[in-house]
Amino acid sequence: MAARYDRAITVFSPDGHLFQVEYAQEAVKKGSTAVGIRGTDIVVLGVEKKSVAKLQDERTVRKICALDDHVCMAFAGLTADARIVINRARVECQSHKLTVEDPVTVEYITRFIATLKQKYTQSNGRRPFGISALIVGFDDDGIPRLYQTDPSGTYHAWKANAIGRSAKTVREFLEKNYTEGTIATDSEAIKLAIRALLEVVQSGGKNIELAIIRRNQPLKMFSAKEIESQVVDIEREKEEAEKKKSKKTI
Amino acid sequence: MALESVCSWRAPEGLRPRLPGAGDWALPGGRAPRALPQPQGPALAHGTTTLAFRFRHGVIAAADTRSSCGSYVACPASQKVIPVHRHLVGTTSGTSADCATWYRILQRELRLRALREGRLPSVAGAAKLLAAMLFRYRGLGLCVATALGGWDQAGPALFYVYSDGTLLAGDVFSAGSGSPYAYGVLDRGYRYDMTVQEAYCLARRAVAHAARRDAYSGGSVDLYHVKESGWERVSREDACALYAGPQEAGDPGEEAAAPTPEPALLSPPGPGAHGSNRRGAGALPGARKPERGWEERAVWGRHADRGPRE
Repeated sequence: MAARYDRAITVFSPDGHLFQVEYAQEAVKKGSTAVGIRGTDIVVLGVEKKSVAKLQDERTVRKICALDDHVCMAFAGLTADARIVINRARVECQSHKLTVEDPVTVEYITRFIATLKQKYTQSNGRRPFGISALIVGFDDDGIPRLYQTDPSGTYHAWKANAIGRSAKTVREFLEKNYTEGTIATDSEAIKLAIRALLEVVQSGGKNIELAIIRRNQPLKMFSAKEIESQVVDIEREKEEAEKKKSKKTI
Repeated sequence: MALESVCSWRAPEGLRPRLPGAGDWALPGGRAPRALPQPQGPALAHGTTTLAFRFRHGVIAAADTRSSCGSYVACPASQKVIPVHRHLVGTTSGTSADCATWYRILQRELRLRALREGRLPSVAGAAKLLAAMLFRYRGLGLCVATALGGWDQAGPALFYVYSDGTLLAGDVFSAGSGSPYAYGVLDRGYRYDMTVQEAYCLARRAVAHAARRDAYSGGSVDLYHVKESGWERVSREDACALYAGPQEAGDPGEEAAAPTPEPALLSPPGPGAHGSNRRGAGALPGARKPERGWEERAVWGRHADRGPRE
């Protein structure tokens, strides 16, 4: 049944599916994991870095991109598609500033990206974008926000979310561990993001890329050293927690 | 047209209104600009006095109410301060029809944006929008000189927009044929830290003085105040009565002085009647002699404690 309705995306299947859009979501599930967390004064984005070939320049592979001074996004899925979406979003951020004299709100740029994605699900001759995006930032009212878009063009606000490979595992971890306490301070929120990624990433801190935005400050990418020190802290805390537990059982 | 911009719907060829695209001139089909006939009939006059200034407690907008068409007063009680939305008003001067139309278009655009974004654009955004819309018709004879004043998230804001696309931010603006007279009064009395009553008094005085000297301004003086809670129409008072009547509280130097009496029709003008010194010269029998001459009142202003100039 599916075979007859997945050629051109403008065709609905009899049971109401747009198969091309669902296949795009499958492409997203193949991409490397990205996690986003909304703290009280900070927003954190972490991605799993795929290991690069020996001769490849690591710095050219960037999965976290700034859209404007106060908004940035991470994606999961087809990198080439993401590049197009990010370029359009960056242009829109500046156009908005030119015509409306105000920087974009996070919700506005999310809605723009989602509308762009939806257009591609309703034009013939085009396929949907094969990416999901996590868009974070602060509005001028100082409130942090996190939004997620998917290839169908829907978007939702989240407190914490993950996309890409093993997104389900990471999301379950976040559901268990995202409490008022764990996002109380900036460093706690950062640690939560790293812990969430460590659940699914092989070989630890080397394969994690992290970025934060604090209120009224531009995007800050963490260096490998900073991530290592966070990972070391996390492992130390884990050991101490284990010790306490084993003490109690004895 | 609204539908086009909101969801990229294009009207079918025959129905699409012939509005210029980006960069096009809105000319009748097939005519070169030089071939356009000049408008005949009474010269469109831009006679008016409008002013707006921003201060600590919001934005004041005031204007006269005379619409003139050459030397013919088309309407002695027109509305030149137009509310755009709850927290934005604009003073209009130039061609009345252009101002009215473009204000309606601005209202429509702001409403659409509010529906899309969930909140109204800032005053800067609204002014930018109006300037951009007017710029597309530059060179085609539009004349709109407007001061948009309002209260947004950043507090009181005021912008001046002209139909050639000029967009200026500032604290005090006046537009129209009476604006030089109004500026004279405004520049003297303006302070950011005025009280509300002082601001009302200043605005009324500026328009009333302009209405006295400018032939194309007159009628009444409209006064609007945009506060944090929204715009409020403070008053509409007759310009002559305002000029002749007692000044209100808030301007100590003016309280005791009477306005300049009318030049006498019966007695010949003496040498002292020229210029601004009218003390005693050519006064009508029943007229009150002013305590101080006109120049001294101008000097007094806020420096009432310094005493008279002698």
